[in-house]
Amino acid sequence: MDLLLEGFSKAFSLILHLDAELYGIIFLSLKISCIALCVAAFAGIPLGAALGLKRFPAKGAVISLLNTFMGLPPVVVGLFLYLLLSRSGPLGVLGLLYSPTAMVIAQTILALPIVASLSHSAVVGVDPIIRQAAMTLGASPLQVSWTVVKEARFGILSAVMAAFGRVMAEVGAILIVGGNIAGLTRVMTTAIALETDKGNFELALALGIILLTLSLLINILLHLIQRKGTVNTAQWA
Amino acid sequence: MGLNLTLSNVLKSYNGKAALDHCAVSFSQGAVHVLMGPNGSGKSTLLRVCALLEPIDDGELVFRSGERVLAPDLALRRRISLVLPRVGVFNETVYKNAAYGLTVRGIAKNVIAAKVDESLYAVGLAPKKDDNALTLSSGETQRLGIARALAIEPEILFLDEPTASIDEDNTRMVEDIIKGLHRAGKTTVILTTHDRDQALRMADHVVMMKLGRIVEK
Repeated sequence: MDLLLEGFSKAFSLILHLDAELYGIIFLSLKISCIALCVAAFAGIPLGAALGLKRFPAKGAVISLLNTFMGLPPVVVGLFLYLLLSRSGPLGVLGLLYSPTAMVIAQTILALPIVASLSHSAVVGVDPIIRQAAMTLGASPLQVSWTVVKEARFGILSAVMAAFGRVMAEVGAILIVGGNIAGLTRVMTTAIALETDKGNFELALALGIILLTLSLLINILLHLIQRKGTVNTAQWA
Repeated sequence: MGLNLTLSNVLKSYNGKAALDHCAVSFSQGAVHVLMGPNGSGKSTLLRVCALLEPIDDGELVFRSGERVLAPDLALRRRISLVLPRVGVFNETVYKNAAYGLTVRGIAKNVIAAKVDESLYAVGLAPKKDDNALTLSSGETQRLGIARALAIEPEILFLDEPTASIDEDNTRMVEDIIKGLHRAGKTTVILTTHDRDQALRMADHVVMMKLGRIVEK
């Protein structure tokens, strides 16, 4: 209990004293996660929407693959990327190992299946009557698809936020490909792992509390947006 | 020039079971046509294939503008509209729902605003135009479905049981809208109903269906 209280006290102290190193770590964490999330959303939302809207060969296999990849072990992704990006690997010439770019790639690989798979579920969950209504009002096939995706927007937002939660909490892959270099690739989760190894539990706990607070804020934001999109129709039931 | 619709020997099956069995009927321009028949007689299927929502398996479904036969493409779809029994409102405001058909046609915003205001006023939903459409009652939802279609001024308006699940006041309002369209004479209305009295009140022509066939005109 004392350790927890000390952790809270240290967390507030670090935040209030504008600790440059701490803010650097938080900023880098957010930057890497946001870039990875943007790339994953940019690719994953159209992929999920296409899977929900179109028929094509091997569609079922792609969906099964994405669902499987939602549970990708981060250390396996990290190892795979390490072998690709290491000096002797096929992409070694790019010199990306132990760089923020490598961390972005790792997080994108982890986030993409979540965004795509949950976006697919959101699009499939839209009432089929919406597609028909759009058609009866003269929408072109592309406009019909866009209308369905718009109807799924709150589900898609949940998909993006779920992926954000995953990348913010990720440690295994980015530790392997980022190397936890202070000032360059050290982010909150890798810093927590390091401080715990060093026995510096107060600081590790402080970082953990800040990470949890950030997650909580993100979830509150998600809840508020979803609540805005959920209309109370129970009165007419 | 308005649209005429003729069906000849139309066949439509679902899982090998005929929903429309050699249907042949013409719908003259500017009139109110009422399709009647028991459940499963093929009324809704007939409307869905006529509204180009589903393809027919065999026969001919021909839209004519004067003597010209029109291809069943997007341009034709934009001259007709179907109000489904379950309207399928979008999770948007009442205004945006009513504006949808015009928006997808790329109409200018000021024109959309004028037409949407007019159509919402016609169905009595003008005061609710900023409400989310999902908060409307079932009667209001049905009227919104009609307002969406009215806004695009279709040459043929299909209504699939437009008053089946709404109260008397809303039914009267929907019937008044249809009568108004009839008086204006620009729109052909083809609707389905189980209500014989309503058919007598509304119809210029009644088409009776049974087991996918047209049994009486």
